[in-house]
Amino acid sequence: MKVLTVPGSLDGQTVDAFLDQVAVLDESRTFFDARHLRWVDPNGMVGLLVAGTVAAKKQSTLPRFGPPESPDVTGYLSRMGFFEAAKGVFECDPPVRRSAARDSDVLLEITPVSANADVHEVVDRVQSKAGAILTSKLGYPPTAVVQFSVILSEVCQNIIEHAEAPGWVAAQSYNWARRLGRNVVVISVMDVGRGFRGSLGDEHSARYGDRWGDTTALEAAFLHGLTRFPDSGRGQGIQQIRRQVRRWDGAITIRSGTARIGQVPEWDDTPPLVDGLEPFPGAQISIVLPAKAGE
Amino acid sequence: MTDGMDRIAIDVGEVLQRTVTSLYSNLVTRPTGRAVRMAIETRLQDAGERSLSLIDLSEVVILDFSCADEVVARLLERSRENPSHEAFFVFRGVLEPHRDQIQTVLERRGLAAVAETHEDTFELLGDRSLAEERAWTVLEQRGLLTVEQVDDVLGDAEERAGLDSLVERRLVFRSPKTGRIHALSQLARHLL
Repeated sequence: MKVLTVPGSLDGQTVDAFLDQVAVLDESRTFFDARHLRWVDPNGMVGLLVAGTVAAKKQSTLPRFGPPESPDVTGYLSRMGFFEAAKGVFECDPPVRRSAARDSDVLLEITPVSANADVHEVVDRVQSKAGAILTSKLGYPPTAVVQFSVILSEVCQNIIEHAEAPGWVAAQSYNWARRLGRNVVVISVMDVGRGFRGSLGDEHSARYGDRWGDTTALEAAFLHGLTRFPDSGRGQGIQQIRRQVRRWDGAITIRSGTARIGQVPEWDDTPPLVDGLEPFPGAQISIVLPAKAGE
Repeated sequence: MTDGMDRIAIDVGEVLQRTVTSLYSNLVTRPTGRAVRMAIETRLQDAGERSLSLIDLSEVVILDFSCADEVVARLLERSRENPSHEAFFVFRGVLEPHRDQIQTVLERRGLAAVAETHEDTFELLGDRSLAEERAWTVLEQRGLLTVEQVDDVLGDAEERAGLDSLVERRLVFRSPKTGRIHALSQLARHLL
């Protein structure tokens, strides 16, 4: 069994390198060794699920998952619904519950998205907590819960309409004291479907000729609003998400295949375009919404 | 009605619960929006040659872009494709949380719509020219313009052309009998 060591910190900054390692796995069964995981955010958790899914498909068997040794990290993964979501992805002994369930501080637990009913469930579930978190932690107006829900709805629909494969979504708030000096909400939505190049290829690849690839497909969808649908009303989801994220001075990046494209604000030093990554299936979307300056 | 116009009031929140499932309280995802739009279109099939529909979004909490596109923009666009039925629409309950989505989908399809954006306050949303906006505002303030009044209250040819365009786009109603031009908000008043 091949051992793949999960980095000690698995979040939006490290997940691409981790997925690159998964992309080049061979056919021998993999042990995802997360024993030394000390920090994980929604990008890391959902990233683990898509990584496990890709490994399982390559290896025709479920990979094994070694849970973190830290009870704090394991408890956090439990509260985020990771072990529940990991059933069917990893072979894993779920950790023993240490105490009775308490009111969770989780904004949106890891939720599978494969049908429109799942999008309704996601939007319904965030209503109760998102309002309080967006106003108290980010300083957004009470009506922001509507725009936040619209972002979640549109980004989850992206999985159903374009990936033609299941995916997951999760969201949580953090205090980025060192990195930004502010609270943030991190949203992660990932799938292992056909990706942007696959979704747009039939309609648009011809006009790009030899230049067609993951980068041009991402640019076409992310920057120019292209979609595989001929209807002029389609393809606005990502454009409107970008607009709202910009209004909140947030960051959005999308990896698909070998490239990641982003709309990043001044406070974020993430490059707006990265290519040359290992080919990884589907699309991996990360959104960071920061507290209003001064909050 | 003397204007030969059937008045129809449609509560979208109620249509959502009855058409899709009572479990859904938000107007999200394109299939949901499409189902609600088709249910509205079915209601309109029973109307006569001309109808004015008040589409009430007041009970909708979350409206995403996909649903706004189906329930507002596609509804308007498809209504124009029916040669046997002249349909007019007023959208109610277009409060701040819904406004951006509706404005965006209308602009994207080159459409405009009359919407109640605050209690008793109507606006023209979507894609419209300055002349259309000015003519619409004058008519909205007065509620009704007779043929004789048009030249008096609309100062220049551009505004009068704007009014004609509003008639053509079914954003106001010109009575075929009297030639009077009505603000849709006034015609929909008893439905509010």
